[in-house]
Parts: sequence; C-alpha cells; structure tokens
Amino acid sequence: MLPALAVIGAVLAYPLYKLAVLSFQQYGIAELISGKGTWIGLDNYETILGDRRFWVVLGRTVAFTAVTVGLTMVLSTLLALLLARLGAFMRLLITTGLVLAWAMPPVVAVTIWTWMVDYEFGVLNWTLSSIGLEYFDRHDWFVNPWEGWAVITAIIVWGAIPFVTITLYAGLTQVSADLVEAASIDGAGGFRVFRDITLPILKPIFVILASLSVIWNFQVYSQIWIIRNARPEEDYFLLSIYSFVESFNSSRYGLGSAIAVVMVLAMLGVTFVYIRQMTRLGEIE
Amino acid sequence: MSSVAARARVKRRRNPRRLVRRAGLNLLGLLVFAVIAFPVYWMMSTAFKQGGEVLSYEPQWLPTRPTLDSFRAAVERDFFWSSVRNSIIVVLAVVALSVVLAFLAAVALAKFRFYGRRGFVVVIFAVQMVPLAALVIPLYITLSAVDQVNRLSGVVVAYTALVLPFCVWTLRGFVAGIPKELEEAALVDGSTRLGAFVRILLPLVAPGLVATSIFAFIQAWNEYIIAYVMLSSQDRQTVTVWLANFITGTNRGVEWGTLMAGATLTALPVVVFFVLVHRRIAFGLTAGAVKQ
Repeated sequence: MLPALAVIGAVLAYPLYKLAVLSFQQYGIAELISGKGTWIGLDNYETILGDRRFWVVLGRTVAFTAVTVGLTMVLSTLLALLLARLGAFMRLLITTGLVLAWAMPPVVAVTIWTWMVDYEFGVLNWTLSSIGLEYFDRHDWFVNPWEGWAVITAIIVWGAIPFVTITLYAGLTQVSADLVEAASIDGAGGFRVFRDITLPILKPIFVILASLSVIWNFQVYSQIWIIRNARPEEDYFLLSIYSFVESFNSSRYGLGSAIAVVMVLAMLGVTFVYIRQMTRLGEIE
Repeated sequence: MSSVAARARVKRRRNPRRLVRRAGLNLLGLLVFAVIAFPVYWMMSTAFKQGGEVLSYEPQWLPTRPTLDSFRAAVERDFFWSSVRNSIIVVLAVVALSVVLAFLAAVALAKFRFYGRRGFVVVIFAVQMVPLAALVIPLYITLSAVDQVNRLSGVVVAYTALVLPFCVWTLRGFVAGIPKELEEAALVDGSTRLGAFVRILLPLVAPGLVATSIFAFIQAWNEYIIAYVMLSSQDRQTVTVWLANFITGTNRGVEWGTLMAGATLTALPVVVFFVLVHRRIAFGLTAGAVKQ
C-alpha cells in the first residue's frame, strides 16, 4: 500500500515542483517545442514585481476575496440563524433551494447568470426597468467594471452560500438549548446570546469555513473567463486570469508561473490557519 | 413545575406579537428561497420556452406553452454527443482510478504507522489548496512534453490527482472507524488476510466508497479550466467546455434557449448525485468540526 502513497505523492507534488522551476525560466513557444527552458534566475519575478499592473491585479484579487468571503460569511450566518427559527416545512423548502443552487456546476451557474444579465433580453434589466429604473433599460452590465464586478460577486456569493449555510446550520443545532435558556434567564438578550454563547461555540467552524472560502474565492477563474467571453478586459483581471493570459495567450509560461507562485505563497498562509484548526480538532493525528 | 412550563408555552403561543414575528420570519424565508432558487428556475423555464417567449422584451415568467424544441436543438448542436461521450469516459476512468488508489492509501494511513505519516497528511491538504489556474501551467508543459496534450488520458491523470486528497481523507475516516478486533476475529476464525479484507473491511467502507466515487464523479464532470486548456480539438472536449463554448466560442448572438437547455442537461446528472451525498461532502470538508 505504500506504493499507492508514493504514486499519490509524486502525482500531487510534481506539478508544484515543476511550477516553481518554470518560474525561474524563460519559457516560450520555442522552449515548448524543444521541451527545455532556459534558466534566468529571478528575472521573471523582477519583471512582475516591477510591473504596476501586477500590483493593481494583486490588490484587486485581495479586495475581491475579502468582499466575497465577507458577504458569504455574513449572509450565511444570518440565513443559518433564520433556518434555526423557522418551522420544519419552511426549513425543508429553503434547504431544497440551497442544495439545488449548490449542485449547479460552476460553468452552468455562470451561463445562467450571463443569460440573466444579458443587456437585451435579460430578466434583471426587465425587472429593474419595469419598476421604474430607466437606467437599466438595455443596460450593459460590463461597461462599468464596478457593475461588472458586482455581477461576478453575486455569482460567486450565490454559489458559495449553500455550503456555508448548511454547515453553519448543522453547527447551530449543536449549541445546547440549555445553555441558551440559562443565558436568557440570566437576562441576556438575543444579540448577547449570539455573541457570548453561539459565536464562541461555532468559532472553529467559522475559522474553517472562512479559510476554505478564502482559498476558493482567491482562485476564481472560470466564471470570469466565461462571462467575459474568454477575452476579459484588463479591468476584469484577477491573479488567476493574469497568470493564465500571460501563459497561454502571450506564451510566456515562465512569467505566468511566477505569478502563479505568488498566488500559491499567498494561499500558504491561509492554508496554515485551516490545517492548524483541523489539527486542533484532532482530525490530523 | 412541568405544568407551569406547559402553561407558559400555551400563553406564548397565543401572544399576538409572537404570531406577527412568526409570519414575518416565514415571509423572509419565502423571499430567501425565491432569491436562491430563482436562477435554477430561470434556467429550466427558459429551456422549456418557445423561441418567441425567450427573446421577448416583456417578462414571460412562465413557459405558457412548454416545448422541447430547445432541448432538441441542444442535442443536435455540433459536438454534443462527442462531448457527452468524452465526459463519461473521463468520469468513469477518474472514478475507478481514484477510488482504488484512495482506498489503498486510506488503509495505509489508517492502519499502519510510518515515518512521515503526519507530514503526508499535511501535504495532502496543502496541495488541495493550490489554485487550479496555477497548476494548469506545469500540467500543460509536462503533459505536452510526453505528448499527452489533446488526449483524454492526460485529463484523466490530472483529475485523479486533484480528487485524490479528498477521497483519501474521506475514506481514511471510514477505515479508521473499523475496530481492529473485527479483522483479527476473522483471521482467528481461519480467514485469510485477503478474505478478511474482502469480507470485513470492504462491506464496512462501502458507503465511503460510494460517497467518494460520487465526489470524484461530480468534480470530474464539472471541471472546466484543465479540459479547456488540454483538449484543444472540438471532438475531444468535455461537456463543460462544450457548454461554455456557446458564450466563449461566438461573436454573434447567443442562442439563449438552446444554451439553457444545454445547461439543464449538463447539470442534471450532478443534481441527481448531489442530492444523494451533499451531507457527506459538507461534513467531510469540515471534518469533525460538526459532530453528527
């Protein structure tokens, strides 16, 4: 059985090693054909770190991750609290909706949203203009990047909420009713019960869900790629798209790898938090 | 004491302010349901609409005369059947490979102590966190060096590597939960090691095997970026690439009705399996944080 472990280790670790090596190489079309890169040391890193565009994209990626994860966590928490207060029928109804949304493959989800925000026949523009907002009559959501990002944020958050909500709700059911009742008798209001009882008990789940969400949203790629028609404007670049475009559109694989390495390094920190939390819970022994 | 509590409960139920609150919560719940489920509803309702109802400047909330025209157009579109076939081949191969490998690895992790075991587990987790957009570059370079670009086998290897960590993890939980005594008892009763493995271990981890294969199925079916990069010719692509091609592959207007029918067909197998296992996946990723 150890060979199985070895195979897995090799298959998983090799691409990472290769990525690191590529980031120190000049690797273009010629190198792709000959199969050998030229070692150029830190040149790729100097190029990207000295490029203002890179810093803009990095800042945008961090902001995008923060906003989507923040929204996901807050909305999901509220939704989980709502679920806990609803009757069995309503809870089943909402859970069904959540599982349906969760089951949509990301590519399917993005085609649906592309259709909903279509400038000419999209249901969103219909609805907004029919309630008197003339601005949205045949409105193109992607001319102004802020609006475009709002749409992309909605897609990501809509897709992320089901998993987080269902897990949080499962966690909420573990909070003992006796504790809550004891606190209420001692005069704690709804908010205080949430802050002093529910939140501390749920904290491990929060940490895990938040770090997973950061990891996932930091690498969002296909949704933006597809909704921007496989030709995203620079305003719609995240690190993942930037790295992809440098590699596969400009055939500068070394440079693209260097950007990807920066992404991996940034994720390592978050991964550390996630793994530490899992270790504390005794899952990795 | 209990009668006091019962009376208090009755009183509470009659309290009109509580009734209003209850109604308000339910209304909010309905609203939330509407917002969450709407995109899925809209996909299906568009798929069943007639052409004129899809391209209309007036909202048509319901397909008044449902038709299968869009579905027919979708399956007759170029490369639909070849994409479905490719996806099925890839999915079956990934599921078979990953379940076998993951099972062996899980047994090794759960049953044997060896040097660096803990490190291995951490690596399994860490690799899971590496962005796909970052991995696709070395994968492409490596596979093109061994002439596996534009072949399904290259994609199969890549997907297997991607789903393995989760599969190993889930199965490890199942294997670790089986008491050693069970296996030992079988050995004492004259069973061979292989016999004990087949008759004791395998049936007990069967639910885990089902859950992991469905997980591998969903991941392999849904994946886009690697298939998009690796499978360049249209008769080699998978369904997600086929579907995205409606939007990315055209400069003319998108045929929305057909696209939504295609989207419905693409989502269908996943929805079916998802409903079967969504609890397992949620609890696997947050392992132990929520005790059932």
